[in-house]
Amino acid sequence: MKSYTRRKLAGHPEEVRALDGVSFSIFRGTTLAIVGESGSGKSTLAFCLACLETPTTGNIWFEEKDIVKLAEKEKRAIRCQIQLIFQDPANSLNPRWKVLKILNEPLAVQGNLSHAEMTSRAHALLNQVGLPIEIEEKMPAELSGGQRQRVAIARALMLEPKLLILDEALSALDCSVQAQIANLLVELQESLGMTYLFISHDLAMAAHLADEIAVMSHGRIVEQGSPEEILKEPQSTVTLELLAAVPRMSFSHLQAPES
Amino acid sequence: MGSLLEVRDLRVAYRTRGGNISEALEGVSFYLEAGQVLGVLGESGSGKSTLATSVLGLFPANAIVRTGAVLFEGRDLLQAKADELQKIRGKRISLIFQEPSVALHPAMRVGRQVRHVLAAHGTNGREVVKQRVREILQTMFAEEAERIGRSFPHQLSGGQRQRVLIAQAIACGPSLVIADEPTASLDPTTQMEILGVFRGLQKNLGLATIFITHNPALLAGFADCVLVLYAGKVVELGPAEAVLASPKHPYTQALFQSIPPLVSEPGDARKKKLPAIPGDSRPSSLPKAGCRFEPRCPERMQVCKSREPGLVSLNDRHIVSCFKYDANENR
Repeated sequence: MKSYTRRKLAGHPEEVRALDGVSFSIFRGTTLAIVGESGSGKSTLAFCLACLETPTTGNIWFEEKDIVKLAEKEKRAIRCQIQLIFQDPANSLNPRWKVLKILNEPLAVQGNLSHAEMTSRAHALLNQVGLPIEIEEKMPAELSGGQRQRVAIARALMLEPKLLILDEALSALDCSVQAQIANLLVELQESLGMTYLFISHDLAMAAHLADEIAVMSHGRIVEQGSPEEILKEPQSTVTLELLAAVPRMSFSHLQAPES
Repeated sequence: MGSLLEVRDLRVAYRTRGGNISEALEGVSFYLEAGQVLGVLGESGSGKSTLATSVLGLFPANAIVRTGAVLFEGRDLLQAKADELQKIRGKRISLIFQEPSVALHPAMRVGRQVRHVLAAHGTNGREVVKQRVREILQTMFAEEAERIGRSFPHQLSGGQRQRVLIAQAIACGPSLVIADEPTASLDPTTQMEILGVFRGLQKNLGLATIFITHNPALLAGFADCVLVLYAGKVVELGPAEAVLASPKHPYTQALFQSIPPLVSEPGDARKKKLPAIPGDSRPSSLPKAGCRFEPRCPERMQVCKSREPGLVSLNDRHIVSCFKYDANENR
């Protein structure tokens, strides 16, 4: 059942401990949210999991394999199965490529499929993320923020990954678009059985999407639990601070808008 | 009406590289009284940044001002000459941008950057300027003021940099500050802190503020009035309590519902679909005729396709642009 476990990561060369003894596991088909302020080590964690950064010490098990100890060649295979989606889709898509080329690139790098096969997969995924096929001819600049993030998600899914790491993937989007993309993530999880690591500083969205929330501060996980536990009975001061910082307005009256 | 700022029927368009013209603001009107906070809500592309720069007459070369007036203390800034405007910008009205790391000079100590603002607006005398810089930094940073003044932007945190920008903005004692998404790039805790700074400014200095954001929750308990922009048009304008607590326009209602509520009953709201607004508001997806929001509107009527709704007054302060409230259409 377990996708992977991680134990004791410590120390960068300069002795900046970006991650300091972090352990957790994510189960297949579920979402773990990592919440914390900037500088708490959230992104370092994402990079370690995606095999882009090697932890100083510690292990990361992904489907029974310790990916920290793998040779570079094997890591490459693992990277296909763990995909990252970044905060700002405007910066993570090549501005001079058409959408189709952007989508095909991950498969082209792998080099196992013909162009026609790649394109048909790209079309299937565009459909899945709720974009019209005609969009394949567009440049990223011609798309809206929400459409770009959908393209970024489709690109991540091209390699049929098992784990998607969403590093602040909603923060740069407008509120109404955030809701659209959040819904898309839930849909994809239901249809593909995706596993998510959702990194965010938005506690409300994390609670909405996640099965479990881990609160990070200064490279450590200070609190971990179900969204209900975290929201109702926060234990650590960091969580309390984050909760206090969520801008509030009462939405209860909106359940039944008067006409 | 003793309004500090009055914007009347402002229409601004941009010439695109392809030779097309895209409308950014189409007939925006509002007024702001001294010491008040106006919250401007809108998604990207709704024209909220154009609104911010228009008030200061900061138009890029491809902008076309079609009609409108921006009356600041009784003078029309759109008609003002460049040197007159220069005396108002930064001194009487200042603008705070979204990204504090880009808005500051990376290779200049921040104390000096605040000093430059004062010098540019005619504060004379080395000691006078120095003293004033010290005072401003003191109000923003208390006992840390000395150290911060000597720091370079990269040595400061995002929240500190934003405070430096605010210090620059209030250095000359303006009567209006326009903040364009000032907290968008900050952490939630820092965001709250900066919001607190704005609240303090408004309370202690009686500063009128136009606070532009896409997050309605930030305006609760802070703004006096809320203006909701959609595709360059005002869809709703009214007192903050009225707009935030019981929004009237279908767009405002849908926007508020698309934000996940923080307190969820065990297992209820989670993993369910959020009531998102389908579609987007890019110029290419807007209808050619009728109401801008019609294709995405859950309560669209026949009339919305053919005609544009006018502004309907619900009471003397709350106006909304929707046929739903137009007595003539709802018989």
